[in-house]
Amino acid sequence: MTLTVAFFYLFAVLLVASAAMVIIAKNPVHAVLFLILTFFNAAGLFILLGAEFLAMLLVIVYVGAVAVLFLFVVMMLDVDFAELKAGFIKNAPVGLLVGGIVLAELVALFVGRGLDVGLGHKLAAAVPADVANTKALGQLIYTKYAYLFQGSGLILLVAMIGAIVLTHRGARPGVKRQSVAAQVARNPKTAMSVEKVPSGGYTIPEKKAAPALAQPKAEAAE
Amino acid sequence: MQQALNLATLTPLYPEIVIALGAMALLMAGAFRPAGAVSLKARDGEIIGWAAILVLAVALYFVAAGPSWKVSLFEGAFINDGFARFMKVLILTGAAASLMLSFDYLKEHVPELFEYPVLLLLAVVGMMMMVSAGDLIALYLAIELQSLALYVMAAIRRDDVKSSEAGLKYFVLGALSSGMLLYGASLIYGFTGSTSLAVIAQVAQSSGAATNIGLIVGLVFLMVGIAFKISAVPFHMWTPDVYEGAPTPVTAFFAAVPKLAAMALLVRVLATGFPGAAGGIKWQQIVVFLSLASMFLGAFAAIGQTNIKRLMAYSSIANIGFALVGLASQNEQGVQGVLIYLAIYMAMTLGTFAAILAMRRGGAPVEDINELAGLSQTNPSMAFILLLLFFSLAGIPPLAGFFAKYYVFLAAVKAGLWPLAVLGVIASVVGAFYYLNIVKIIYFDEAKPAFAHVDRNVFLVMAACGLFVILFIAAPSPLVDAALAAAKSLKP
Amino acid sequence: MTYLGFDGLLGGLLWLVVHIALALAVILPLLIAIAFLLLMDRKVWAAVQQRRGPNVVGPFGLLQSFADLLKFAFKEPLIPAGADKAVFLLAPLATAAFALAAWAVIPVSQDSFFGKWVIADLNVGVLYLLAISSLGVYGIIMGGWASNSKYAFMGSLRSCAQMVSYEVSIGLVIITVLLCAGSLNLTDIVNAQKTGLGTRFGLPNSLLDWYFIPLFPMFVVFFISALAETNRPPFDLPEAESELVAGFMVEYASTPYLLFMLGEYVAITTMCALTTILFMGGWLPPLDVPVLNMVPGLVWFTLKATFVFFMFAMVKAIVPRYRYDQLMRLGWKVFLPLSLIMVVVVAAVLQYGRA
Repeated sequence: MTLTVAFFYLFAVLLVASAAMVIIAKNPVHAVLFLILTFFNAAGLFILLGAEFLAMLLVIVYVGAVAVLFLFVVMMLDVDFAELKAGFIKNAPVGLLVGGIVLAELVALFVGRGLDVGLGHKLAAAVPADVANTKALGQLIYTKYAYLFQGSGLILLVAMIGAIVLTHRGARPGVKRQSVAAQVARNPKTAMSVEKVPSGGYTIPEKKAAPALAQPKAEAAE
Repeated sequence: MQQALNLATLTPLYPEIVIALGAMALLMAGAFRPAGAVSLKARDGEIIGWAAILVLAVALYFVAAGPSWKVSLFEGAFINDGFARFMKVLILTGAAASLMLSFDYLKEHVPELFEYPVLLLLAVVGMMMMVSAGDLIALYLAIELQSLALYVMAAIRRDDVKSSEAGLKYFVLGALSSGMLLYGASLIYGFTGSTSLAVIAQVAQSSGAATNIGLIVGLVFLMVGIAFKISAVPFHMWTPDVYEGAPTPVTAFFAAVPKLAAMALLVRVLATGFPGAAGGIKWQQIVVFLSLASMFLGAFAAIGQTNIKRLMAYSSIANIGFALVGLASQNEQGVQGVLIYLAIYMAMTLGTFAAILAMRRGGAPVEDINELAGLSQTNPSMAFILLLLFFSLAGIPPLAGFFAKYYVFLAAVKAGLWPLAVLGVIASVVGAFYYLNIVKIIYFDEAKPAFAHVDRNVFLVMAACGLFVILFIAAPSPLVDAALAAAKSLKP
Repeated sequence: MTYLGFDGLLGGLLWLVVHIALALAVILPLLIAIAFLLLMDRKVWAAVQQRRGPNVVGPFGLLQSFADLLKFAFKEPLIPAGADKAVFLLAPLATAAFALAAWAVIPVSQDSFFGKWVIADLNVGVLYLLAISSLGVYGIIMGGWASNSKYAFMGSLRSCAQMVSYEVSIGLVIITVLLCAGSLNLTDIVNAQKTGLGTRFGLPNSLLDWYFIPLFPMFVVFFISALAETNRPPFDLPEAESELVAGFMVEYASTPYLLFMLGEYVAITTMCALTTILFMGGWLPPLDVPVLNMVPGLVWFTLKATFVFFMFAMVKAIVPRYRYDQLMRLGWKVFLPLSLIMVVVVAAVLQYGRA
């Protein structure tokens, strides 16, 4: 047993265990943290496969961005887990049925694999060893898969437009916004004015001012 | 064998490129438009809408001017053949028409949103990629592109509970169907070693492939995923709710265009990826089942509906069932029948939805069927067009709808599927009941107050569809011949 | 695997031992350096404010950091009653561990005898650094959440949003450098700076070849983003003491607090080292003449990194703190478009500008 094999089992066992914990964990924040651990182990497996570019992308995209969003959501949303659990038990038979069917299919596939029909021998050749896999991926993505790559770009554009359309409310009246240009363009003349205040006057408001103060309150009550 | 990428080799992709670039340009124009008075803003949406129609027209020109022979780009991921071009013409026309339907509605309900035409354009790119997809990855990406845009369009009236509900429901079930599609696609890839439909076809015809359980399960899941998109029974549950909840012009678009693209995708996957004639996988029985179930459920469930949008949802389910009859025939006439059916179905659906959009009273849309009562007295021209459209939907000769059904049933009989054809005719008779019931309401019930003034664009679309339905018999050959050529081009 | 002539498990174990030794050889000097950098930080800050700064412990206060270390280590660790104990203790560990892990790929020198002075010469080194720096968020968000305190939670949310925002522009800035260097390996990036703008005009190899000249706007964006990414003033909102007491660290004391501080300073040194590598020619001497070439690369590297750290300290001393919306505005509305445009410009220049 070499070190590589040892690391494979380490990553694989941790991956499966933490994936199980994602489902089992009672606290949703713990579940997300286990999910992150799962991603890490998957990245470790990628590295063992020699796919270091994918491993890094997995960590950057899923751990660095997607899981942060998940954490935000589970931390900030007030989700009633008792209620969710009740729904879980109610829907469990259906879920088990569907899961059972899919499992049965997978088992059937595994058993049926013995029936060799000469399929599956058409896999693309591996990348030559002297090409770094970032470069190899780049060469494929920008030639053979350029069309699909651009298509994925359009999907992301649609997702972005969709998020903005459904949530952005634009400028609401009455909301003060910072205008950096206006701030920078200020000069002492426009920003400041020197007022002559007569000395010796008293500042206690006179009694007739009182109804005037009460008036806005009445308006607010309406 | 990698082709060099330059503008000359990309000629067949011009329509897609034009629309994608056009959508981005319009998005920029909308985002950076000068902030003006409110009334000016309300017009912005319409200006961008007309610009989008212009973009669609330019794309249509490039489809027509593009190569008429079969071109395969990116190692088969993008295929431009007669079939794809036929469908692209339909998609572009349908999209432009449904965009015209939307102006008045959007101006009234969501005046500040200019993104609607942009999303529609991007959805159109997705659909055009769908009909050209010759590769499982391209297929999946194309479906996702169009669905994602459609989810947002369904929820575009974000302050309206029903619209949001429709968007969410569509999104969740759409995601489920995408999951199934991916599961199927990954199994197919695993058992054939390729994502290209051409290679898959070779493997699927090799000995033993027909009984290979992995391939069969994969194909079934792939078909289930697409069946969701065309809302064939039993994967239709989302359709009535989404059609009812989504804003009416969006529903018109949903019913008329994306279904066509998904249907075309199904035809291409089955006809070129799994040619079933000799020793291939027997997918015919699945299609027959989907077809029968859709026809009958569509016909019977529609009878009890009082909301006209729900009724049209069931009608579209039934119509997909009829179109599937052609696919089940597994021959050239079958594909030809499907294409003719889709073209005519699109015209009838757009016309009917134009009429539904015109059902407005006191500034608010009314959707109950009984509100149409006595339309013949208050608005005779609209009533007559509706009469034509519903007669056509019911399949009464000599209107276009009759021929649509005629061609698919003919193909089924030729393929020896006469029980399917007979059952189809029965379902169509059942369906005729509720279409004729509406005509009865329009012509013979006591008149209700007149509808509000019909928007010019909406009436234009309605009239054009009515004319198409009635004039089809005069000159059927262009459509029929084009469909035949398109069907022939699917042969490898 | 075969390592140093041994194969099988023995070779593997030997590999492991050697690499642990290498890691210690990097981490120990790094930690000692940080002790003095911390002191330098405070001294610079004090000098700007015309104070003396720490000057009691040891000559010129040189041992101040070690005294602080002992103080923290011997204090009683407190865990709030409502805290999620495991996550609460995991958070500072994660912060420090991730920060230190980044140093695995940072090359500090290269010579003909030892080769590359780096623990792991990854050919995706830059991506590894991006990945590790994006993980720094977790220590903070875990700590903020597990503390079960409003201040801590607010601080961690702020910091999280801030770090995620500025990672985007850092990533794009790094892409412009990658485009110029044509490699994701950090050693290759430094070596690519041996020739450049200066040599194109016929000058000898010098500091004019380094990327900070052709990519000057990106250098500035990177520097400011690095400040934000490491929660340094003027972007230290997560711990803005006037609003949130001490932000996500408010419930921490003793060694866990020390680990947070340590993680923060290690992240800062990482950013200094990264700035040195990407823009300032790493261990290359400023002029390719024998006298300067005699000086070991490690010295040049340390000098440059220390200079960047001095800039960090100066910014802390002289720039007032940003308001939160201003911070977000700067990240998303100024840096992101700017760096996106620069990626396009740099790519275009490289593609079409080649003579």
